Parts: sequence; structure tokens; C-alpha cells
Amino acid sequence: MTPDAPKETSPAKEGCCQTGDVQVVNAPPLTSRRNFLLQLGIGLNVVAGALITVPILGYVLSTFVKKFPLEWTNLGPISNFPEGEIRIAQYENFYHRPWDGETAKIPCWVRHISGNDFQVFAINCTHLGCPVRWFAESKLFMCPCHGGAYYENGDHAAGPPPRGLFTYEYRITKGNLEIKAGILPNLGNPGNPTEKVQAA
Amino acid sequence: MIGNAKKKVTDAALGIFGWVDDRIHVTEIFEHTAGHHIPKSTSSWFYVFGSATLLCLIIQLLTGTLLALAYVPAADQAYTTLEFLNYHIPFGWLLRSIHYWGSNFMVAIMLIHMTQVYLFGAYKYPREVTWMSGVLLLLITLGLAFTGQVMRFDEDAYWGIGIGAAITGRSPVIGGQAVQMLLGGPIINSETLSRFFTLHVFVLPGTILAIIGLHLRMVLLKGINEWPEPGVLVNRETYDKHYATIIRREGMPFVPHGIGKDLIAGAVVIGGILLCAIIFGPKGPLGPPDPTQIDAAPRPDFFFMWIFAIAALMPDYMETVALLVAPPIVIGFLFILPFLNNTGEKHWSRRPFAVLVVLFLYLSLGLLTWWGVTSPWSPAMIAWRADPTPTQFIKGHTPLELEGLVVLQQKQCRNCHAIDGIGGQRGPDLAEVGSRLTAPELARQVIQGGGNMPAYGKNLSPNEVDALVAYMVSLHPAGTTPAQDSAKPAVPPAENSKNAKADSAHGENG
Repeated sequence: MTPDAPKETSPAKEGCCQTGDVQVVNAPPLTSRRNFLLQLGIGLNVVAGALITVPILGYVLSTFVKKFPLEWTNLGPISNFPEGEIRIAQYENFYHRPWDGETAKIPCWVRHISGNDFQVFAINCTHLGCPVRWFAESKLFMCPCHGGAYYENGDHAAGPPPRGLFTYEYRITKGNLEIKAGILPNLGNPGNPTEKVQAA
Repeated sequence: MIGNAKKKVTDAALGIFGWVDDRIHVTEIFEHTAGHHIPKSTSSWFYVFGSATLLCLIIQLLTGTLLALAYVPAADQAYTTLEFLNYHIPFGWLLRSIHYWGSNFMVAIMLIHMTQVYLFGAYKYPREVTWMSGVLLLLITLGLAFTGQVMRFDEDAYWGIGIGAAITGRSPVIGGQAVQMLLGGPIINSETLSRFFTLHVFVLPGTILAIIGLHLRMVLLKGINEWPEPGVLVNRETYDKHYATIIRREGMPFVPHGIGKDLIAGAVVIGGILLCAIIFGPKGPLGPPDPTQIDAAPRPDFFFMWIFAIAALMPDYMETVALLVAPPIVIGFLFILPFLNNTGEKHWSRRPFAVLVVLFLYLSLGLLTWWGVTSPWSPAMIAWRADPTPTQFIKGHTPLELEGLVVLQQKQCRNCHAIDGIGGQRGPDLAEVGSRLTAPELARQVIQGGGNMPAYGKNLSPNEVDALVAYMVSLHPAGTTPAQDSAKPAVPPAENSKNAKADSAHGENG
């Protein structure tokens, strides 16, 4: 082919079939067997398609629909958490698989106020979920991502977070500190129905 | 004799080719695809970016498939297999590196391609679907980039998913459930990695190939945009005829006459990816994906740095809107662009607004990316114990002021406040704070906070506040007076002389 050869773009001229005529001649009447088979075929496929969609949608949407109730999880003896201080603790998440490896372990911040009075904060910044760090001298939690800061009681101190730190419900059983845990706290599901939220 | 034999061989070869062609119609396929006619004006260096993007994708598919030979998408093993690829499999590190740099090149070249198409008015009639399929390709490519950084299952990947979950969790009503669906359960674990793996390796590559099929089909059907001329307007009634005339007058087959520059650009792209891959090496993996290692300071890959920056700079009341509402609006706008601006001028010199839009977007993205890389809003987490105090901020100060300096250092103020550029950038530099704020103002700010600073009232004794304020008041350039309250009488003479002494000492040593 030469570089300057004109190109025919109209398909009609190359056409092999006069499609219009063919259709008119061969179009079966509405009541014909051929037409019945077509309609039956479409109908069967609609039913079959619907049937196979049920398990597919059920499988895909199961995590959307499923409820993951929080479970009491042990953080260890309360003697691990000196009064008036804030310490890091970790627990194995209730919902974990044998092949989860390190990701099954979740850290959290424990504030022992006094006696049996505690606060347990999620590690995740309420802004975008990065891990907050406790600075004992300035008594602030600081986030390394976008500069969010929280006071020692978890209240919002500075930066973009929309609320104070997420908290866990806790109880003390036989000298052990237990928290109700299981989910990654987020604004859609903060993971503690008992908490009173402090707005930013 | 020899001539005769040659002729026989040629005839036989032609015969075989004729048979093959008759059965599978290669010449016809060729003429309708690679050999399709393009306007001579499009055989230009400006038109090589589409094929270069496709080349990047081919490199990604090839290296990605090879990486999958060793990668195990399970949370307890993915990290180890990345190390295995890096250190044990011959050239494993280089394939990881090529795959990483290939993704950077692909996003960058795709953006250049899109910019060229926009500035050359190629999205106008009759190439709306070509443009819209291109927008889909951009979105899928960004999806591949995001899921790809999760495949590098390290600390950044772990917290990166956390950021994705936090954004998803902001959706009204269904936020919590949407997070579960994103993560494949209630927390970030192996099921999360498996679903990102499925997206990255099956769903998105399959979809991108299908859409590329549509994109290329549209290029063949509606032709490649001719080089625009100022003053030549697109008109829906006459354009098709106009384009047919161009093809008749100066059309030439893409292969072999139009592909030369694409081939050269392709070789440059492969060379560039290889060079970067060899010089800079593969990215990570960084620390293991262990959430209890909380010293992580997660950062996204390069292409998402601008979003990271927006998340820090956006006022908090706008944030949910910016993260959830703005993206669909922007994407929707990109989709309908060909219909908003369907005809008329194509040449950029007659479309000043389009040029401004491009400049604005590149400047914004560039600036945001730069901010993302430097992230001045993040506290410098170890500044309080690691950053030195320059000597001129120590020498010549009174014991009370030095006590204040110790408070400043001990109470971790420097995580956010630099002194003369050393320390965090979150708050203002304190090197000359004494010439901006008076003692009462400084005390108020320290105790009550405000303007993005936490309140330290509960955390500092009155003596500590006094010392800290005294130190900050003393921080002003030599030979200048500290800030004064204009509503009150000037500083009493006794105070003045004390400050003057401190100043002179400050000046001599500083």
C-alpha cells in the first residue's frame, strides 16, 4: 500500500449483504416456532442469570451486611498500667485468621486515671486513621500524618481531626483490664456505643 | 538455474502466505488496524504519548505477572516474599523496581497524553467517546496505583489502607458498613490484602484491557485528531467530510510511515524506566506491616501526595465534602467535558482559558505534591530530644530565660516550633517571637492555646510559664525592642535596661 492511497471508510460499498432485504424475507411471524424459541431462550437466561446473581451478590456483599459484634478482650493486669500515666497496650483482635500474621495484633493507649477509673483510646487518629503517639512531657497525643493533637483525656487539641480520640468500653475483671474491641474504629462506626463524643 | 530456484522459493512463500491470508485475513486486519491511515500532520512528537502509555501498561503487565510468580498475598507472608524477591530471586529486585518505576512513568505519561489531547482539542466532535474512555483509563490506572502500593505490604501499606478506611467511614449512613466491605471484615488483615490483590491483579487489569480495546477502536473508527490550525473550527455538519478530505489528501498508513517517532519514544521510555529502576532501586518494603510498631509516619506514593496535602490543608468543616463529594464532581466534569465544549476552535492559541486551566492544574498539583513531600504540617516527632539549640539562643540569656528554654525543649514545643529553622514547621518559628508578641500575649497563648495550638495551662506550673514567657520575650533581633502593647505605657525603665542588657549580650554572641 502506498502512503498516499486514499482510504475508503464507508462500509456500505464493501458490503456483501443487503441486510435489509434479507431480514424482510426471513423474518419469522410472531407466532412461529423460531420466535417462540427466541423468547423462551431469553426468558430462561433471565431466570438463570438471576439465580447465579444471588450467590455472587451474597458473597460480595456479605461483608457489607454482616455485623461484627464487639468482644471483651484482655489487655493484661491493671498493675501494668501505673496510676496517672498513659501506656501502650496491645491485644490480639477477636476477628483474626491464622494467616493474619502481625496484623492481628492491635495497639491501643491506656490511661489509668486513678483507682478503677480508666480511659482506653484507639491508636487511630480520628482524622485519617494514622497511629497517634503519646508525648508524656507535653501530655499530648500527636499524629505524624497531618498534625492532629489530642489532650491526655482524648479531647481534640489541635489540627484537622473532627473529634476526640476513639475510645473503647472497658471493665476490670479479676484484676485484669478488659476492653470491648474487634473493629477498626472509624467515623462511620466508632466502635464504642457507650462513649460520649466530644466534638472538635 | 539459481534464478529459477529463487523464483520457486518466492512462489512457494507467496503461496503459503496467500493461503494463510485467505484463511485468517491478515492483510485485511492489518489495513484496518495498524495500517490504518492517519493525517500526515499527526506523525509528530506531540502524538507519541498515547502509545508510550500503552507501552508502560505492557511493561506493567509483564513485570506484574512475573512478580506474581513469587508473591504470596497473605498478610503473614506477603512481606517476606517481598524480601525474598529483593534478595534471593535473581533480578527480583530489578523487576520490583521496574514495576514501581513503570507505574510512576505510566501515570506521568498518561497525564501528558491527556494534557496534549486537551490542548489540541481532540476531545471535541466526533471523538467524545475516545475522551470518555480515556478518562476511565485514567481512573483505573489510579486505582491500580493505589491497590499497587498496598501490594507492597509494609507499614505504609497498612496505614494507607487505614486512611482509605477512614475516608470511606466518613460516608453518611453507610460509612461503617462500607469500611467493612473495603476491608473485607472488621479490621485490616489478610482478607483486606486478598481483596486488594484481587483488584490489582484480576479486576482492574481486566477492565483496563477492555477499555483500552474500546479506546483504540474509537481511534480507528473516528480517526486520530488532525494537527489543529488556528481559525479552523469544528462543525458537526462538515467535520466528517473535512477529516475524510484530509485523509484522502495527506493520509498515510500508521504502520510503517507514522510509527517511527512512537518507536523512538517507546525506546526512550523503556530506557528511562530501566535507568530509574537501576539507579534508584525498588521502593521498600519499609518496616513490616505490624500495627504495634507505632513509630510509623505513613506517606502515600508519589501520585497521591497531592491528596495527602489537601487532607492536611483543608479546613476541617470542608473535609468530608472535599474527600467524598469533590471527587465525583471532578470526575463527572471530566466525563461531560466533550459535551460542554463540543465544537469550535481546537488550537490552544485560540483557547486561552484551556491553557490557563492546564497551567492552574499543573501548578496546583505540583505545589500540593511538594507540600506533601515536605509535609510542614506534621510535627517533627523527635525534634524535642534530637534537634540542637543554636548557641546564639543560649549564650547571654539570664538563668530565668534559660530555665524557659529548658521548658521549651522538655515540653516538646519544638516538635511543632522551630528555632531558627531547626525543629517542626507546624507552628511559627520562635527565633524572633519576642518581636511579634508581648509577654501577656505569649502567656495567654501558652496557657489557652488557640489557632491550632493546644492549651498547656494544665500541663505547666506558673513558674514554668513565667520562665517560658521570659525566654520567648527575649527572642528578638539584636538592637530591636521586644513587642509592646500600644494601648499601655511603654515598658518601665527598669525592665527596659534589663532587656537592653540581654539584647546586647544576645547581639554580641549572636
